[in-house]
Amino acid sequence: MRLLTHNMLSSNIKGVINGFPLRIEVEKVIEKQVDFNPDFLKNMFSKIDWKALADASKIMGYAELPEEVPDASVLDSDEFLQKFHHALLELHLEEGALVCPETGRRFPVNKGIPNMLLHEDEV
Amino acid sequence: MSVIWDAKGSFKIFDDMPPRIAQIRLVSSHPQVYAPCDDSYALVDALLADRKKLIDHHPTICMEVGSGSGYVITSLALILKSESNSPHFFATDVNPHATLVTRDTLEAHEVHAELLTTNITSGLEKRLAGMVDVMVVNPPYVPTPEEEVGNGGLSAAWAGGENGRAVIDKILPVADNLLSEKGWLYMLFLAANDPLQICLEMRDRGYGSKIVVQRSTEEETLHVIKFWRESENQMEGSEGGSTPKSGSQKGWNYIFSQLSRLTFRETRQ
Repeated sequence: MRLLTHNMLSSNIKGVINGFPLRIEVEKVIEKQVDFNPDFLKNMFSKIDWKALADASKIMGYAELPEEVPDASVLDSDEFLQKFHHALLELHLEEGALVCPETGRRFPVNKGIPNMLLHEDEV
Repeated sequence: MSVIWDAKGSFKIFDDMPPRIAQIRLVSSHPQVYAPCDDSYALVDALLADRKKLIDHHPTICMEVGSGSGYVITSLALILKSESNSPHFFATDVNPHATLVTRDTLEAHEVHAELLTTNITSGLEKRLAGMVDVMVVNPPYVPTPEEEVGNGGLSAAWAGGENGRAVIDKILPVADNLLSEKGWLYMLFLAANDPLQICLEMRDRGYGSKIVVQRSTEEETLHVIKFWRESENQMEGSEGGSTPKSGSQKGWNYIFSQLSRLTFRETRQ
């Protein structure tokens, strides 16, 4: 699971109001190289919740992103885009869990695939 | 492959190879996962028929709901693969075996999609709303008793409840929520699902529609229908850029005649 996916996922349990961001429990992180695509990054920048990405990236062992929401002018900086690219697309949570911030319910991540299936009483 | 010399004496090489799609020998399998079949082939044929439009559409995010073996999402990823500007892909399935099989199929073709084991797109609906440029769905469309719907495992791939509409009717509003302003939805239906009524329902939500592929096998008549938003700031029919304003009604007459003929034929059988 890339951090882009983490940034798009919320707890889907019935009644949960504040289900984002899911807390990450890390067992295993892997890195996979992805073709650098600045247009994609520029498109995604405004859609990304920056704090969630920076925090998740840190938990995954990559602390190079600024903590504060950067001004859009940083998109002209190749150095910034490379860091954004790495955090968003190249870090994978291979094994671990995503935890609902409101209820503490754990959603397991195995072989890089989060399991968001709910029990009957959670739907 | 053909080589063409231009006036300056330099040459260009045109690759006439057919576009790449997933290869059956590389598609992974599992006893609890639906293997590629006529419906999967019809859906990929629809994507191939629209290949140029899809490439020119420059999607940022593409998604398949119910990826099963991974045959369709892998084919879409191969069709849209480019060195510098590949879109990002998501694929979901309610069956945990299916997301694993999809992962293996994608890896065997050296493409990537982010996978989620979830019911339709549950968990993505808040943050991914309005961001999906291309969505592809081969839903469980077979008419079955309602109690067979949602039992998980292999039957989740086909059990569609009354008229095969139980899951389809849940997916349509979800697609409407996730699709971007320029979003396209490719979805496969059986004549028994009453696709004409589905097109009318989608028209009420502001979507144009057309049949991209229709195919009759011994057992069933399948159609892949493409939907797009007919919004003010999107040129009408910018799905293909072809339908002039006055052509809209003509388009509707066409889809009506095609679908009602199919429905009629099915009913007579």
